[in-house]
Amino acid sequence: MMLSRVAWRIYWLSRYIERAENTARLVNTYHFLLLDLPRGTSVGWEPLPVISGAYPLFTDHYQRHDERNTVKFLLVDKFNPASLCNSIINARENCRTSREVLPEQMWEQLNELYNFALSNVARAVPRRGRFDFLTEIIKRCQQLTGLMAGTMSQDNTYDFVRIGRNLERADMTTRVVDIGAMYLQAADGASTVDIHVWTSMLRALDAYQMYRKDVQLAVTWRAVVGYLLQNHNLPRSAAHCLDRVEENIANLPRSESCLRAIRDVRRQLDTMPIEDLAELKLHEDVDVLQVGLSSIHAAIDQTWFN
Amino acid sequence: MPIIDWKRYDTQDLYDELVLPAGRARPPGGQLSRWLRSLDNEELQTRKIEAELAIIDKGVTFTVYSDGENIDRAWPFDIIPRIIPLKEWRDVEAGLKQRIKALNLFIDDLYHEQQIIQDGVVPASLIAASKGFRKECIGISPTHNVWAHICGSDLVRDADGTIYVLEDNLRVPSGVSYMLENREVSKRVMPELFENYSILPVDDYPEQLLGMLQSLAAGNSSRPEVVVLTPGIYNSAYFEHAFLARSMGAELVEGADLVVGKDDCVYMKTIQGLARVDVIYRRIDDMFLDPEVFNADSVLGVPGLMRAWRAGNVALANAPGCGVADDKVVYSYVPDIIQYYLSEKPILPNVPTYRCTNKDERDYVLDNLETMVVKPANESGGYGMLVGPQSTEKDRKAFQRLVRKNPRNYIGQPALRLSTAPTLCDHNLEPRHLDLRPFVLQGKDIYVTAGGLTRVAMKRGSLVVNSSQGGGSKDTWVIEGKR
Repeated sequence: MMLSRVAWRIYWLSRYIERAENTARLVNTYHFLLLDLPRGTSVGWEPLPVISGAYPLFTDHYQRHDERNTVKFLLVDKFNPASLCNSIINARENCRTSREVLPEQMWEQLNELYNFALSNVARAVPRRGRFDFLTEIIKRCQQLTGLMAGTMSQDNTYDFVRIGRNLERADMTTRVVDIGAMYLQAADGASTVDIHVWTSMLRALDAYQMYRKDVQLAVTWRAVVGYLLQNHNLPRSAAHCLDRVEENIANLPRSESCLRAIRDVRRQLDTMPIEDLAELKLHEDVDVLQVGLSSIHAAIDQTWFN
Repeated sequence: MPIIDWKRYDTQDLYDELVLPAGRARPPGGQLSRWLRSLDNEELQTRKIEAELAIIDKGVTFTVYSDGENIDRAWPFDIIPRIIPLKEWRDVEAGLKQRIKALNLFIDDLYHEQQIIQDGVVPASLIAASKGFRKECIGISPTHNVWAHICGSDLVRDADGTIYVLEDNLRVPSGVSYMLENREVSKRVMPELFENYSILPVDDYPEQLLGMLQSLAAGNSSRPEVVVLTPGIYNSAYFEHAFLARSMGAELVEGADLVVGKDDCVYMKTIQGLARVDVIYRRIDDMFLDPEVFNADSVLGVPGLMRAWRAGNVALANAPGCGVADDKVVYSYVPDIIQYYLSEKPILPNVPTYRCTNKDERDYVLDNLETMVVKPANESGGYGMLVGPQSTEKDRKAFQRLVRKNPRNYIGQPALRLSTAPTLCDHNLEPRHLDLRPFVLQGKDIYVTAGGLTRVAMKRGSLVVNSSQGGGSKDTWVIEGKR
């Protein structure tokens, strides 16, 4: 027996933990990317608020779109619903209100994460303390993910955990690819974007080593995008995430319309002609994928949360 | 250097739960006392910090409403346990069982024949003016004829050692989760004492509560569906609602999760669709339970819930209307109520209580405000009362007016000199006043927790133990044996 409201909270709990981890990863990687890029590169911190989907909010609050403001926006700011701190606050709130279906350790560890994040996040705004803070956040989020995997009954509750996690992952992966698309656009279609950008995309998803192992090609944008979107073995590739979402959705009662929604998106993804894709069309295709992911969420919301 | 010297611990002619006036430990507190003396200040502080960290990490909180905001505060806990000898506890336990049994017979009588009024034991006017009496409940017979399934009675000890019942909380008593969490924290920070003492366990409460709730279900389902109905996360006792649901393995629901069908049965909204509910442990006040019957603006309740309850399709614990016995004027009649229904002498005494409806008694209260505690009949949480010895002239004047204006709403009691126990205040152990809230369950049988929640006033001399007003808490150890 599972209350609709509980399902809703568990799904969001899982999404928020994943979002916190991904945000930490993204800022961390981007930080190192900018250190590596040659001086005078046209693209600065701007892409991060853009891909987070909250660019208008960012420009409303900040005139200077520099590193400090961007990092503050992504990690600390209360008014940004997707900031790292808000993700952790929301995860904790969802956990607090669903403790009866979660392992006891979950609340303690999430609470520790919350206390750690809120009392230390200010350290991450200047460069010096950033790496340590973000690495610790990533570690603690992974610990929570592992805790749920290792201790939760593998029932419908856990299906919602996995659906939330994998949808959020797929979402983040498409956003990361979108950063690359922005660089391609900034280079006006010339395939001369620095190799560091694509390497960073892989690192942001902790996929660099696996890329080396699985693909064994030089880092080129088509190979990287193909790997991140269409490879079925990489845990953070869009294709892999959607495979898992489909599996878990199929475990749930009354799943027909959700299954239809997800199969539509998978078809789009599998047939995306990355080999022949024009540089300037990547952004457009990623956009279509993101709309597809939203439609899966809408179907889930409609079926089980109302 | 040990920092504790009981000779310098001033019990001020009060009853101290651990220390005798001569500076020796009251049995069976000897081991605790020796253990405390064996610790130096640093060690004691370490244990205190460990306890605070455990509470923060476990997220044991209570919510206070202040400045228009709900704030989650860490639960205040004093590491020094309060000890009760088992032999004494057995009497208290018997007294509490007797009391709830009589109170349930009384409530059931009020909603049926009202024999007790016809026999002139309590006046009819008492019920007519009661805020807790619900005419919608007349003629209903809940399972086992029990209305108040969960009761939290507040006990206090006076300077001469007598334990009194201060009040009975029958509506939605809270605090039991903190009793359980306090024990968990004690075990973490003072494991060595648990090895040597024989301390009665408290952790069977959720099991007992679930069993009692399941016993209320109509029909023969082998696994009745029990849910805990909470007003939501902004309620001050939300932590407890979630705690109890979790420890019973029951669903924690809000009003919006439930619907009453055309068949007058209660269902919850699940991912499978609608699922039948048999028993609701409701932590919502009567007036918000069902907007069709009570407060029409309530968004916390479930439309049609009273219909389903009256049809016998769902059990509600506590039953609506049981608050009629949670009234400080009714309280003053409890000794008579026990005598009337059970033909027994009350085992636990009431605090002497003056009813302000009676002119002589009212005059006595008004003439002696400085030594009395005056309480409104229907409040809880320590609000709206006058503590005479700590009041100002202005407070007393205000209460003169209040009592004269609405005498039915007030009772007066002599201010007791509450017992104390050693409490860690900054760097010293000092005596602080405390009370005790045991929890009593009645379904088919009656169960009393071993001990209960000890609440302690953290300010020197203060008698206010409510956590919403700066009170703290202690673990309560009912101990077998003499040491």
